[in-house]
Amino acid sequence: MAEPLLRIEGLTKHFGGVVATDGVNLEVPPGELHAVIGPNGAGKTTLIGQLTGEVVSDAGRVRFAGEDITSQPVYRRSRRGLARSFQITSLFNDFTALDNVALAVQAHAGHSFRFWRDARREDELREPARAALARVGLAGRENTIVSSMSHGEHRQLEIAMTLATRPRMLLLDEPMAGMGPEESVRMIALLRELKRDLTILLIEHDMDAVFALADRISVLVYGQVIASGEPAAIRANEDVRKAYLGDQDDHG
Amino acid sequence: MIGWLTPRNVVVAALLVFLILIPIYTAATGNPFLLTLFTRIVILAMAATSLNLILGYGGMVSFGHAVYLGIGGYAIGILAHEGLSSGFIQWPIAIAASALFALGVGALSLRTRGLYFIMITLAFAQLVYYFGVGLDRYGADDGMQLYQRSQFVDAISLSNRTLFYYLCLALLVASIYLVWRIVNSRFGLVIQGSRSNDRRMQAIGFPTYRYRLVCFVIAGTMCGLAGALLANHTEFVSPAMMHWTRSGDLIVMVVLGGMASTFGPLIGAIALMVLEESLPALIKLAAAPIVGEAATRVAEYWQIVLGPLFLLVVLFARGGINGLLESLERRRG
Repeated sequence: MAEPLLRIEGLTKHFGGVVATDGVNLEVPPGELHAVIGPNGAGKTTLIGQLTGEVVSDAGRVRFAGEDITSQPVYRRSRRGLARSFQITSLFNDFTALDNVALAVQAHAGHSFRFWRDARREDELREPARAALARVGLAGRENTIVSSMSHGEHRQLEIAMTLATRPRMLLLDEPMAGMGPEESVRMIALLRELKRDLTILLIEHDMDAVFALADRISVLVYGQVIASGEPAAIRANEDVRKAYLGDQDDHG
Repeated sequence: MIGWLTPRNVVVAALLVFLILIPIYTAATGNPFLLTLFTRIVILAMAATSLNLILGYGGMVSFGHAVYLGIGGYAIGILAHEGLSSGFIQWPIAIAASALFALGVGALSLRTRGLYFIMITLAFAQLVYYFGVGLDRYGADDGMQLYQRSQFVDAISLSNRTLFYYLCLALLVASIYLVWRIVNSRFGLVIQGSRSNDRRMQAIGFPTYRYRLVCFVIAGTMCGLAGALLANHTEFVSPAMMHWTRSGDLIVMVVLGGMASTFGPLIGAIALMVLEESLPALIKLAAAPIVGEAATRVAEYWQIVLGPLFLLVVLFARGGINGLLESLERRRG
């Protein structure tokens, strides 16, 4: 097996007496789409937070592209090529869609101590931003103020911003959250296309999406990985059925 | 209809023409009142412009911005008192002192958010205020007289009130232009992005703290220069220049004129200070037929009118006067 792009070793996080992440080990080789599933409160978002650096880990290590990033600040991990999208849409609501994405491009185009030139007229920033918007299907919506866009468009914009940072790996926190069936289908198609170029860690509730997309799946319950493997193996796993999938089936 | 001929632009252009013509009016009538008042307004508009950079564009609600007026002013006052009246020495020191102080305050306060940020900036400003009160050598809480304005070359004397006014106006226009360039640059977009969603800014790879700190220092420095002008204008410095109520006035100017707008602070400064000057007289005029002789005393309570006016703007005109003018434009368009 190739050297994993992301390697998580014994990652732990307590909130008071609650163990949110309990000694998680996980490896994602380059090019894989790895899905993390688990019931509500399993600690999925905490795990993402630990990977991006917003949540400080109590123990364990995170290695990304051969480098220990466990104690690096958020912005530096992003610069290394680890990009995240947010479960609850987190955009610059008073800016246009293009401004949002152009900021993400700017973040990776050298320092921003440039005080004079009109940044909205820099092709170097605007063109890659336009391309990222087009890639997620938002061509023609460049000059729309974010707060007046639909929820589905916000989700697409989330992905566009993540892409605009030219990442090596995407951490996607429930990209399908709150989407209608049609929007979900479009998002699945988009993720399938992204999967060709990028390593992806996907956290998702939508089981159809997970099983349609994932190369491997890890199941997180009470902060522990109870199973990890290919979709077919996960589907057949008795513990997983008990903990999670059975419950999911009941709800259809 | 020509594109730039919007209500907002017409008002701004009219204000600028008015500001340019004031010394001519004064020369014609021989009455210096308007020139003195508007020199003060122009200087405080510059302070408000600097505050708008951090408050309006950066979302950093500094409740101690007047402290830079004090630091800039005291730098001039103290150096003059010690016999150093060359502007070539005084002004760079005033500017450097303000920048250094902003760097210190910013480095500490920008690690906090919201109410804590407001409280820390206020606390630092009050610290310097009481330091000024304790400076017995420099007049303590009474302040001190400046015997001489800053000396530059002989041909340019700041004691020439018309010349001084135009210098202030030029620096104000330069400040507004500078802030406008800054907020639309890469740096400015980082500052505004950080106001909008700092968490996301970090997630896409910006170390926002250092950008916000530099922005804070730019604003403090600009306000320090306004303080140097103010000391030269009044030929007097006292701790009152940096009292927290003065910081409050600057916030009112920015909010009244329109946060995060290019000319908002200028509009707000003129509106607030013209109201302050004219409300007592207007109230006296209006009250005279009703209460007769007591009208003068009624006029002392002019702030009872100013307060609700400000409240109305905050409640119903989110973008301040500038926002009202822009909404006129939208309605027409």
